[in-house]
Amino acid sequence: MTEPVIRVVGLGKSYETAAGLFPALRGVNLEIRPGEYIAIMGPSGSGKSTFMNLLGCLDTPTIGDYFLTGSNVAHMDKDALAILRNRTLGFVFQGFNLLPRMSLQDNVALPLVYAGADKETRRAAAREMLDKVGLGKYAESLPSRISGGQQQRVAIARALVNRPRLILADEPTGNLDSHTSEEIMRLFGELNAEGITVVLVTHEQDVAAHAKRQVKFLDGEIVSDHLTAEVA
Amino acid sequence: MLKAMLGEAWLAMGANRLRTALTMLGMVIGVGAVVIMIAIGQGAQYAVQQTISTMGSNLYIVLSGSFTAAGVRSGSAGGPTLNVGDAEAMAELDGVSNVAPTHQGSRQLVYGSQNWSTQVIGTTPPYLDARAWNIVNGAAFGDSDVRSSTRVALVGKTVAQNLFGDEDPVGKTMRIQQNPFTVVGVLGSKGQNLDGRDQDDTVIIPLSTAQRKVFGTPFLGSVRMIMVQAESAEAMPQVERGIISLLRQRHRLREGAPDDFFIRNLSAAAESEAETTRTMSVLLGAIASISLLVGGIGIMNIMLVSVTERTREIGIRMAIGARQKDILTQFLLEAVMISFAGCLLGLLLGLGIALGINFFTGMVVVISGSAALVAFAVAATVGIFFGWYPARKAAQLDPIEALRYQ
Repeated sequence: MTEPVIRVVGLGKSYETAAGLFPALRGVNLEIRPGEYIAIMGPSGSGKSTFMNLLGCLDTPTIGDYFLTGSNVAHMDKDALAILRNRTLGFVFQGFNLLPRMSLQDNVALPLVYAGADKETRRAAAREMLDKVGLGKYAESLPSRISGGQQQRVAIARALVNRPRLILADEPTGNLDSHTSEEIMRLFGELNAEGITVVLVTHEQDVAAHAKRQVKFLDGEIVSDHLTAEVA
Repeated sequence: MLKAMLGEAWLAMGANRLRTALTMLGMVIGVGAVVIMIAIGQGAQYAVQQTISTMGSNLYIVLSGSFTAAGVRSGSAGGPTLNVGDAEAMAELDGVSNVAPTHQGSRQLVYGSQNWSTQVIGTTPPYLDARAWNIVNGAAFGDSDVRSSTRVALVGKTVAQNLFGDEDPVGKTMRIQQNPFTVVGVLGSKGQNLDGRDQDDTVIIPLSTAQRKVFGTPFLGSVRMIMVQAESAEAMPQVERGIISLLRQRHRLREGAPDDFFIRNLSAAAESEAETTRTMSVLLGAIASISLLVGGIGIMNIMLVSVTERTREIGIRMAIGARQKDILTQFLLEAVMISFAGCLLGLLLGLGIALGINFFTGMVVVISGSAALVAFAVAATVGIFFGWYPARKAAQLDPIEALRYQ
């Protein structure tokens, strides 16, 4: 057996609310192995987004442990987490989250700026990734000049630019029509075929069907964990 | 990395041009005001120093004491208590570079059909050195002229103009008190002194000639005033003590008896004048600095707005790997760039206005590189100081919270 990319043990997250402490996530255990393609599903409020933010090192858990490529990152400081976000994983958002004033190329190259790469390296890598998602000819355009589906491709290129082995996507097709969604899912499928581990959150069954494994959340807990082949 | 961030800061400044320009304007006015005020202040100092230097530096004037006759007290320099021997003895003191006994008064000069009343100074050659007075035409008289009481004279520029007009005074003979004097030289121009008196309206003749032929004297060799120049400002206190003890000893004054002479420090008066202008220029600079402070607060205000506006951008940057330090640097760099650009423009504006003032009003302005450097350093400090708080606020944002911000 290979070492898991992600292993969470008894992971819990609670939020302070007016009504008291609200447990969004209650002791979740999950292992994800290299090369897996997982869809995390569940209705809104089930804790899947909270879980995704924890996996993406954007947030820290209240309780439990999170082993990312073998090391426990549950209680690392902000800067250490920033380095993990930069080098170890790529994150794709529902709302694309491109910087509107920068060209597509500069958007894609941004993680490399924080990795300390020089200008030439940044340019070359950004070009390569834009070509990979089929948008090389728009490199100098601003995000507002292209469609939503294209923007999401750029966001994926940005997530890939530091060559992480893990891509996390939170509702990546949530803002797209069904045709464009198909295109994006095909792109994730291709990346997975190259050996990149893909974890995505969705509440759409059609989208989840692209993944090889489906994990369902309800009320902050995992209620089912099946291979897609078994579900169908 | 820093280069990439500079580019981004430039982009961010360009994204909101009017706002950036207005923020900068605060700095432009602040720095401009400081530069102008310093230029004017230093100009005033320079003008005063020029005047002081025409008096001669490190000078003491020793005056003979007052005397009382039949209940009537003369003023200072009224009694014949100093003599040429005192002056010669003073010249031997440590730290003394020039000693010149003088006797002066106002007399009418006559040349041809012209006449002119002026101040006549009888003295010895070291007087010219003590007062750093040069001869522009002809030559000074020497010690031999003093010894033999020759009737030679040096004339100031004002006298030369009024008495001789366009003629060259050197070699001409004029009369003082019916005595013919040969003009041997013309003095260089010194302009006004601190009291506003024309220093060029004067004639200098040998002391002995002045006493014998022009003023008369109760005792030959007695003088009312001796000018003493110390070698340096540091030597002045020592020279003063030396003069006092020497004169008390020479005049055989008993312990406890009052001095029969007065000693005045000319430089001290001049220094106090210089001090006044220095204080004024510091005051001007301080007032101008307030506008620099206001400019800095403007930068802070705009940076705070900018951080709030760009919360989401900060969240995105953090999500893809920006550390706190990176965000801090980015916003700090923006503040410093606005501050620096404002400073540069302010410097140019200030220099332009200062030169304009000089051109249109003739007021002396001094533009020094150090003042410009100081303005630059202050601008950078202001940028960092007032940019720090907003930048830190941005860096401490929580990535999740920042991403949720709409």
